[in-house]
Amino acid sequence: MTDPNMTAHRATAARRNIHEYLAELEDIPGTRVYTAARARRGYHINQFAMSLMKAENRDRFRADEAAYMNEWPLTDEAKDALKARDYNRLLDLGGNVYFLSKLFSTDGLSFAEAVSTMTDMTFPEYRDMMLNGGRSPIGVRSIKGGY
Amino acid sequence: MARITAGVGSSHVPLLGVAVDQGKTRDDYFGPIFAGYDWTREWEAKEKPDVIVLVYNDHASAFDMKIVPTFAIGCAERYKPADEGWGPRPVPDVEGHADLAWHIAQSLILDDFDMTIINEMDVDHGLTVPLSMMFGTPEKWPVKVVPLAVNVVTYPVPSGNRCWSLGEAIKRAVESFPEDLNVQIWGTGGMSHQLQGPRAGLLNREWDNKFLDLLIGDSDAARWIPHIEYLRETGSEGIEMVMWLIMRGALGHKTRLLHRHYHIPCSNTAIGHIVLEPAD
Repeated sequence: MTDPNMTAHRATAARRNIHEYLAELEDIPGTRVYTAARARRGYHINQFAMSLMKAENRDRFRADEAAYMNEWPLTDEAKDALKARDYNRLLDLGGNVYFLSKLFSTDGLSFAEAVSTMTDMTFPEYRDMMLNGGRSPIGVRSIKGGY
Repeated sequence: MARITAGVGSSHVPLLGVAVDQGKTRDDYFGPIFAGYDWTREWEAKEKPDVIVLVYNDHASAFDMKIVPTFAIGCAERYKPADEGWGPRPVPDVEGHADLAWHIAQSLILDDFDMTIINEMDVDHGLTVPLSMMFGTPEKWPVKVVPLAVNVVTYPVPSGNRCWSLGEAIKRAVESFPEDLNVQIWGTGGMSHQLQGPRAGLLNREWDNKFLDLLIGDSDAARWIPHIEYLRETGSEGIEMVMWLIMRGALGHKTRLLHRHYHIPCSNTAIGHIVLEPAD
């Protein structure tokens, strides 16, 4: 849409090169697009998180986090990141935010508060940024392009 | 014959559901958001649609990573609100229109869209929040709903062009249903938002409003917007806007604007809302 050359879009849309498509998805600063590669890597993290939709599982997890996590085929790295609630690390390991949000709710955190922990801001600072119009896309659209 | 009489676009932020359920819709924070839906609530009360084809995405509620359907259509008689970890929303069950849903499913498959058919599922905030925004807090929802769930989480998600074409096929499907039904199609999700990583909190008022502009009139430019542009300009979750293109595609060649609303922020998200009618 910002690109006036719609003909180019049409041509690209007609037959997209999968390698170029996937490479572009890695070109956004501070963002892990939930690609097939991440979905494969994070499968058990996400399925573990999904299990926390059941109240009884939330109770068991809260009572003994390590024991509950041991019931899942999670790597030590994943268990450490989950224990630390290190959400950026969990994204790197293939976690997806909609699945990880089951852990937000288990911890009694609002979505916005949990999201703020992935930024370099405190929650009050993050909330103020949102009230003031949010984060501008300027400078954070492309790693390679730097715009 | 059944006909699509209007299209509605709306964000479906879960916090809006919380505001409705806790009676906070007129406070300082939520008041300006809900005021932008007053027109639509009055209009819906007059329009009295029979069925809504409600395009939304499931947020790890009915579907987990075991099965990821790109396009799935609900053909059940009814759906319960999902427990998303905070307990189910206290809203009425959603009544389906199984006859129309099965008709659309069959018609779409014959039209080269290989739909996944759902006979049982719970519906999450992606579907119930738009109902609350448009109908308030009735004892029973005043419409039947055909849920149409789109994968906008695991990449690649469907292209804007494919979504628009699906909308066109839905229009053909509805118009070949023999019963006289007033059907609306709603596209939900968006607008700009990013819920993950150091770039979280990204919003883009200018881009969002250009996108709304493109839905009005006879342009089909929006169907050609590539995924990477949504990601760069509107945040990783802004990609939900491809679901609005299913709604737009189902309205035919040309649309007329009936109502429009935009507000920043609601939690992490820009709220956008539009009401269109076919103008062919």
